[in-house]
Amino acid sequence: MNDGNQIESSKLRFGDVFRVGASGLKSRTLRAVLSALGVAIGIASLVGVLGLSESSKSDLLDQLSALGTNLLTIQAGTGFGAGDASLPEPAVSMVGRVGTVDTVSATSQVDASVYRNDFIPSGQTGGITVLATDENLLDTLNGSVAAGTFLSEPTIQYPAVVLGSVAAQRLGITDLDHPVMVWLGERWVEVIGILDPFVLAADLDRAAIIGDQAAVDYFDGDDIASTIYVRVDSDWVVQTRDLLPATVDPENPEEVEVSRPSDVLEAEAAAESAFNTLFLGLGAVALLVGGIGIANVMVIGVIERRGEIGLRRAIGATKAHIRWQFLAESLFLSAIGGVAGIVIGSGVTAAYAALQGWRIIIPSLAVTGGFAAALAIGAVAGLYPAMRAARMSPTEALRSE
Amino acid sequence: MTALPSAGPSDRLTPVRDRAARPPALELRNVVKEYPGNPPVRALDDVSLVVEHGEMLAVVGPSGSGKSTMLHMMGTLDRPTSGSVLIEGTDTSELGDKRVAALRGRKIGFVFQRFFLLAGTTALENVANGLLYSGTPPVQRRRAAEEALHRVGLGHRMHHSPSELSGGESQRVAVARALIHQPTFLLADEPTGNLDSKSSEGIMDLLLGLHDDGTTIAVITHDHDTANSLPRRVSLLDGRIHAEAIDPE
Repeated sequence: MNDGNQIESSKLRFGDVFRVGASGLKSRTLRAVLSALGVAIGIASLVGVLGLSESSKSDLLDQLSALGTNLLTIQAGTGFGAGDASLPEPAVSMVGRVGTVDTVSATSQVDASVYRNDFIPSGQTGGITVLATDENLLDTLNGSVAAGTFLSEPTIQYPAVVLGSVAAQRLGITDLDHPVMVWLGERWVEVIGILDPFVLAADLDRAAIIGDQAAVDYFDGDDIASTIYVRVDSDWVVQTRDLLPATVDPENPEEVEVSRPSDVLEAEAAAESAFNTLFLGLGAVALLVGGIGIANVMVIGVIERRGEIGLRRAIGATKAHIRWQFLAESLFLSAIGGVAGIVIGSGVTAAYAALQGWRIIIPSLAVTGGFAAALAIGAVAGLYPAMRAARMSPTEALRSE
Repeated sequence: MTALPSAGPSDRLTPVRDRAARPPALELRNVVKEYPGNPPVRALDDVSLVVEHGEMLAVVGPSGSGKSTMLHMMGTLDRPTSGSVLIEGTDTSELGDKRVAALRGRKIGFVFQRFFLLAGTTALENVANGLLYSGTPPVQRRRAAEEALHRVGLGHRMHHSPSELSGGESQRVAVARALIHQPTFLLADEPTGNLDSKSSEGIMDLLLGLHDDGTTIAVITHDHDTANSLPRRVSLLDGRIHAEAIDPE
């Protein structure tokens, strides 16, 4: 009995650490809620910003993946000595021979205008261009028809026209339930199809498209490609892009402009995320302020609860037990704030995305990261108050005043 | 009577069960406590005291006499500048924070003037907290708490929160909390200081009853009436034991 080593150490069961940590909050509910609110707002804004940006991007990226990022367009450049900016005549067949090219299609300008009928003054073209093309265009661009059909082997040789979505709208043609004729290049031409909008080639939406053979035969076309659309093997997009200028115009490769339309959409998505960085920063600031709020409440709590600390020391708590109690309490506060923030942020994301018709995406990284951030803030905020509580001597804590 | 050496007077005390085998419940040996200052304040000056098992004593003295420091020393809440404090023969000066905390938690029951009940928790939970740091599972803590509350006559108020209890009832809850782990001795610091005379009487009767059942109790008080109701009285003045009296059995 004389040996101090026979005394067992004080023990606080693991479950009791949580119970003790929670008990401090139970008796000060309002204060706990208010101090957790700061962290909740911070986490909510983080989750909301990440969720909304992912949801909005998903819309764009869904389109992209449907359309593919392996489409390249070739146009005559406007560089030094570029002349009349047209591509050399054998360009299309040369590009078609490149091994990594899956499909190729070209459009050429036709010097004609299209009108609803022959009474319309020639100046009122409605901004509709007339283009000649081959039957591969729709496949190459992953396009689709809204009504009728696209140009095919027979119709490509005869006067028939397919309207881009905007062109059809401007001509006042909404369906093809009955045969529709338009006045094109001083002749009546039947409309055989109306196209859906092209996302990657918006200028085709404002075009009236005729077959390349018909353009030469009926409309005085020259069949010199102005734009070439190339669908290439997805694994070789970059290499093919580098190769194309010399293929198209071996003499003046610098005058050939090759672009990747999907880059524009990706840039659009990226531009949004740059904006998001600002909001993420604001969220981080809110989180920091929330953490300071918790630290503040904890410091006040330690001062107010000196008596409790003293009593706990008297009934056998070690310094470490006191430290864990206050750390657990701070972690509780921040965890409550974190969970509330995740719920609020996810709710806002879901509501807004649903309103915009986006796919609802709440990134799991935002949820786990947000919760981890909340806990980290709680641990940091609770550390000093917890140490202070643990350092307090039992006699000081039990003093009457 | 003046200050007594630690070994001598215990012979004169009432015989206690298997005293030969069992070291005293509490022993202070030449305890000096100084608080830093210029010059340092000597709150306790060479105090020696032996409390045998089953004893009940009052430590009485005016404010500034060193009563609080005496409580801190007896309760191992603070360490002496020199001298030693032995709890059931264990010299606490050799123990670290963890072991002293464990010793306090297991062998000493505290009752304070201000009750120190946790707001927002029931009487039962407050009492059960007395076993919190002993590693006892929650179910057993509750059972022991129920028993302790019955023992102090509060079986009917178990689920009330401290704000619903009277001062006397609150102090009974505190006594139950101090008893729950069956401590070697109970240390009561001005247990009636916040109570009206009727409640005070009730609490003193409770403590005397516990003493009759064999509990060792030390009551620290400034009130001579309270002290005089106890069988042994140790008077402090200026940090020294100034007088000691013991009622014949």
